[in-house]
Amino acid sequence: MDLVLVNLIDGLVTGLLLFMLSSGLTLIFSMMGVLNFAHASFYMLGAYFAYQISKSVGFWPGLLIAPLIVGVLGALVERYGLRRVHKYGHVPELIFTFGLALLIEEIVQFFWGRAQVPFLAPEALNFALFSISGNAIPAYKVFMIFISMAIFIGLLLVLTKSRVGLIIQAALSHPQTVETLGHNVPLIFMGVFGVGTALAGVAGVIAGPVLGTFPGMAIVLGSIVFVTIVVGGLGSLWGALVASLLIGWVTTFAASYNVGMMDVLTGLGFTPPEDLSESLFRDIWSLTLPQVGPILPYLLMVMVLVFRPYGLFGKRDV
Amino acid sequence: MTSLDHTRTRPAAGGLSLATLAPWLMAALFLAVMPFIFADNSAITIMNQMAITIIFALAYNMLLGQGGMLSFGHAVYMGLGGFMCVHIMNWMEDGAISMPLPLLPLFGGLFGLGFAMLIGSFSTRKAGTVFAMISLGVGELIAACSVIVVVFFGGEEGVSGDRTYGIPVLGVEFLHQIEVYYLTAFWLMLSAALMYLFSRTPVGRMANAVRDNPERAEFLGYSQRWVRYYSFCASGFFAGIAGGLFAINYEILTEENLNLATSGTILLVTFLGGVGFFFGPIIGAIVFTLLATVLKLHTELWQLYVGAIFVATVMFFPGGLAGLLAMHVAPWRLGKMGVLVKPYLTTLLPGVIGGLGLAGATEMLFHAREAAEGDEAMGLFFMEVSSHSPVAWAAVLAVTAAGFWLARRGAPGLKAAWDEANTAPRGRR
Amino acid sequence: MSAALELEGLRKSFGKTEIIRGVDLSIGRAERHAIIGPNGAGKSTLFNLITGRFPKTSGAIRLHGKDLTGLAPFEINRLGLSRSFQITNIFPKMSVFENVRCALLWAQGHRYSFWSLVSRSRELNEGAEEILEQINLTARRDLPAGVLSYAEQRALEIGITIAGGADVIMLDEPTAGMSHSETDYIVDLIREVTKGKTLVMVEHDMGVVFGLADRISVLVYGEIIATGTPEAVRANPKVQEAYLGAALEAEH
Repeated sequence: MDLVLVNLIDGLVTGLLLFMLSSGLTLIFSMMGVLNFAHASFYMLGAYFAYQISKSVGFWPGLLIAPLIVGVLGALVERYGLRRVHKYGHVPELIFTFGLALLIEEIVQFFWGRAQVPFLAPEALNFALFSISGNAIPAYKVFMIFISMAIFIGLLLVLTKSRVGLIIQAALSHPQTVETLGHNVPLIFMGVFGVGTALAGVAGVIAGPVLGTFPGMAIVLGSIVFVTIVVGGLGSLWGALVASLLIGWVTTFAASYNVGMMDVLTGLGFTPPEDLSESLFRDIWSLTLPQVGPILPYLLMVMVLVFRPYGLFGKRDV
Repeated sequence: MTSLDHTRTRPAAGGLSLATLAPWLMAALFLAVMPFIFADNSAITIMNQMAITIIFALAYNMLLGQGGMLSFGHAVYMGLGGFMCVHIMNWMEDGAISMPLPLLPLFGGLFGLGFAMLIGSFSTRKAGTVFAMISLGVGELIAACSVIVVVFFGGEEGVSGDRTYGIPVLGVEFLHQIEVYYLTAFWLMLSAALMYLFSRTPVGRMANAVRDNPERAEFLGYSQRWVRYYSFCASGFFAGIAGGLFAINYEILTEENLNLATSGTILLVTFLGGVGFFFGPIIGAIVFTLLATVLKLHTELWQLYVGAIFVATVMFFPGGLAGLLAMHVAPWRLGKMGVLVKPYLTTLLPGVIGGLGLAGATEMLFHAREAAEGDEAMGLFFMEVSSHSPVAWAAVLAVTAAGFWLARRGAPGLKAAWDEANTAPRGRR
Repeated sequence: MSAALELEGLRKSFGKTEIIRGVDLSIGRAERHAIIGPNGAGKSTLFNLITGRFPKTSGAIRLHGKDLTGLAPFEINRLGLSRSFQITNIFPKMSVFENVRCALLWAQGHRYSFWSLVSRSRELNEGAEEILEQINLTARRDLPAGVLSYAEQRALEIGITIAGGADVIMLDEPTAGMSHSETDYIVDLIREVTKGKTLVMVEHDMGVVFGLADRISVLVYGEIIATGTPEAVRANPKVQEAYLGAALEAEH
């Protein structure tokens, strides 16, 4: 039972982190129709910028400044890159962001090298806040949960209470109409892209010390973020939240319960082959849950797309 | 319709003529003599790699260029075909089955086709973003499976085999690279011709129609989904053939043959060559293989340059290299290529020099940061320079700035010349 | 059973708003039928319902007596119904000739063939040439369709629509946005290519409607308020009140 609680907390941290990326990605997708392949690359840039800043002035200024720089970079990419490619259609846009993701990874390697950089959590949060039957819960994890929650609530308030938020909401469901109402849609696009990438930057800053700051971090998380928004339903913020938490928990629980296929199959009444190493099906017999864990999100996505192409909460077709 | 019309249209509508066969015959001749020009083993290895990449890129373009489907997981079909072929090679070694080696790629193709039929049955329901996402998901899924299903994928170290246990063909046992080259070249010609012919069949034509306007195609009696499905299966088949050739050439397949990086590379190759033309991916594969080989020899940063070139291509030349070539057909026909020579020299040349200057600066920065303490000498464009010398820095930055400045200054002139070169002289049409 | 196209109690709602509110209509074989009505009356929606682009809410649509419920657009097309679009809907990157040839493929039984070459079928290529001749685009055959002028694209659209040899042709505002001379050209073209076929069209230009149609239906707010010969419809007081009077005045 205690392990369940620990896993719940860990899964919540992963899920909220995913949500910080998927919320921005889904906002950008809903408004502009662009699935930004480079979204996780901005998350990576957030981590590296914060690391660079933390070397001279510490973690806390980095938490503020790094996402700002990332957001400005994102807005510039939209203004001078995406907008240029936009006229060729959605597929070239997707190809552009894919190329951008490759390029950003190379640039990061150029400046910071291929190895992981020692980006650490601030001293002030480097203690165990409480422990559940011997499993210490670091204060930093709780801090991550609070930051993500705060950002989520802030986003919700902006979207539902402010004028810009209302325009964005309208653009989510009726992108063409908003333009005919005379709003400066290109500017809104640039803004949303900037804010979305800045959110990814925040996620990078707070995840860097925990998940590691290395050139592959974008690829590792990037595909999962895609899976998240597809599972949740493209264009749905609630869907993104639910799918983020779902995937966060599924992967966390899968990683910590060592259930083997051997047990499942014998439990079902099958007898294991005499000599396992010679059997053609040995991989099925030796399969364990933690082994399958990393592919579960993809399996989930394929299932969702086959049986419910709109995603769990999606309404709009792509 | 007048009889004049008939005589004009009939040859174009007819089948085999010397004019339509000429490029193919020339390509075959070219492939036959290449090993005599570049005889050493490393050159033949590069040409084999090129041929495999061409087949894979052409197969990929059946999706992207012909069918409008962007896949982020097409390496899977090539990889699966390759893995299957390595297993078959091992069975041949065990004596379980025996057949001539040149037939092997066919089985790779069939295996790729089988998987494409399975995956395509749900992934081709939608085009565009949904298709791209499913392809990514399936690709990651199968790449991740490679460490789990050890029986088939061999886990971390992959599976390897020995190609020399097939039934000898005319005494050839494929011990030498050159023999493998001709086997690969044969499959290249065959696959390319078949893929070209596929694009001329009713379903191949409808693939273009569905790409351009899926809804209209439905109102012509075709289900967009099934049209995409057929293209997808055909593409999986030819990707599998490429995989089989890969297995024969390298005798080993690993997780790397399945993952996103490989899928991304083939997208890059195809796009660089140009998706709008059948021959685009061929150019892309040749240029990319050469570029990668040369860059790899000279710099650690080759992937950075490739990435930059790719992004620049998407932004400025969405037609790729084939598109650039095709743009020049009109001026060529008008006999006005001469108009373009001077502006190309005064604009594009400085642009290229500026780009090289920028690359030089990047290399120097990299060297200054990465090289061991005290190691200041580095080779740069056949020169020995010091990465810490202010003079060298000033020179490289000056070249960069001057190059870009000249290019920028010449740009309006180039545009004017381009417009001029594309206008027919008065009184002609 | 003699009707080519039959609508019975057809209804369509988007959310709470009902756009088509019970349409009954029977269009005979080889009849040229025009549907007119003010903007927002639901003319295009009606077209999209018949051709399977939107699912209907209730009612029945029958083509030659066969119920079309639940059929996809491509299946409806195979039963012999072809349509054009209000916004030009061609294959822009393909050549004019290819556009027409693709429209012939299914009708000539090529299906999903990947073992025959399109250039080898004389019937296919001559058929396409013939259509090009009919729509007067032979000189443009090798250009990408996307670079044609607007009127030429509309002509091509009609060419694609009739190419398959469907016996029920539906044209959605074929002369929208055209000059007078272009309109005359298209009207002659329509008359020419729909000989002996059932034509259903939505059109705003009253000159075109009264010049072409055997019968006219007037659709107002999702209901047909009158159906009849052009003279009868013109004389119908209800029609004049709702719509036609103002339009006729504007016309002259």
